[in-house]
Amino acid sequence: MPWIDACATEDIDAEDLIRFDHGGATYAIYHGVDSKFYATAGKCTHEDVHLSGGLVMDYVVECPKHNGQFDYRTGEAKRLPACVNLKTFPVKVEGDRVWIEV
Amino acid sequence: MGKRDYSLFGPDAKRAVESGLTAAEWYHSEVPRKVMKELMTRSDGPAIRDTVLLYGLMVLFAALGIALWPSWWSAPFWLAYGVLYGSASDSRWHECSHGTAFRTPWMNDLVYQIASFMIMRNSATWRWSHARHHSETYFVGRDPEIAIMRPTEMAKLILNFAGILDVLKFIPNLVQNALTGPTAAERTFVPQAEWPKVQRVAQVHLCIYLATLALAVATQSILPLMIVGLPRLYGAWHHVMTGLLQHGGLADNVIDHRLNSRTVLMNPISRFIYWNMNYHVEHHMFPMVPYHALPRLHEIIKDDLPAPNRSIAEGFREMWPAIKRQLAHEDYFLKRDLPATAKPYREDFHQYVPGMMPAAE
Ligand code: FES
Repeated sequence: MPWIDACATEDIDAEDLIRFDHGGATYAIYHGVDSKFYATAGKCTHEDVHLSGGLVMDYVVECPKHNGQFDYRTGEAKRLPACVNLKTFPVKVEGDRVWIEV
Repeated sequence: MGKRDYSLFGPDAKRAVESGLTAAEWYHSEVPRKVMKELMTRSDGPAIRDTVLLYGLMVLFAALGIALWPSWWSAPFWLAYGVLYGSASDSRWHECSHGTAFRTPWMNDLVYQIASFMIMRNSATWRWSHARHHSETYFVGRDPEIAIMRPTEMAKLILNFAGILDVLKFIPNLVQNALTGPTAAERTFVPQAEWPKVQRVAQVHLCIYLATLALAVATQSILPLMIVGLPRLYGAWHHVMTGLLQHGGLADNVIDHRLNSRTVLMNPISRFIYWNMNYHVEHHMFPMVPYHALPRLHEIIKDDLPAPNRSIAEGFREMWPAIKRQLAHEDYFLKRDLPATAKPYREDFHQYVPGMMPAAE
């Protein structure tokens, strides 16, 4: 699987996320509370909604549409109406760049 | 568009999906991400304060009602208790179903369960109907929470100020849910994995009502029912009054909440009962913003929204003639002017489906 240079570390505030589109797919990249970076599919599994407008609280991302929640480290759906887990992707940081393996 | 069919299996439901309306993206006012993050921030403080106040007042009013029972002097206390039970429960149910009232999940869930019981809604079903209401607000045949259908049946609307139709619908539904799980219509929006939960919740609610009824029979008094059950009737008027204002007389089948929702500035008591849902355009546009931050959100985006109504009375003065006009002209709706600072309504959003967006008369 190829590694893709997604963004700079400073592009994402602490405890926040951004949307990253690549190759016709959309991803969400997180700057977690532990200062590490994570990546998941960009859209909620409940409906076709970008998570990038959502809220990061601790290790949870909350969807902006119906407040479904996921653990962005594992993709686990944590709160209804989200019941299907989110796909996650490996992330590495090199220098000040964030790479994801898609 | 002709006669509307609000059934979840009808031709309008099919048309909304086929036309692409259900998949279209809603309009949002622009709010810088940093500001939005700050508005979305959760905290327990405001909701704990309001919940302690709410339940404290309920205990106080019920105690005074019981102490003065059966004298008519107890009536004002029942009226106050009733509004908190039969109306404030609606807004608590609503805000906690979004999970935004408290930061701590179990607090949201606890208040949600209590409120669902009081407002006579199955907590496992209505969470899903409300998700649909947000995705497809006032899409005919898709939104299961359309309060005012066109043309409005006035008698029903008025009867519901005393919660009568809601309760008449609730009782057979409760029994059916308790015996066999969700109804056919409910199965269209509740995922199958949740069906057993719907049944369990209904069984718990039914047991509480049967126990209350048994106590009333045993004590030969309606007093137990004055505390549990009946306040859903005699205290419903406030949530019906505010609920009608949310979307009444406005557009349906559109994807801009400025066209189908109404913000009404209200007195502080109504705002406490309604938990700030009077900022209804703001709430629909950004459902992640907790109730206590809605006044701040309103200040930030108000230049992009139609002017709010300045009181409940003013809201009704605007809405009522529109509802009456819809009796004869089903396609009529109120299209409120936007301030010069606002982004215009995107008519192209709404015209890709022939007949979906009738011109305002
Ligand atoms: S779209 Fe994400 S919770 Fe519904």
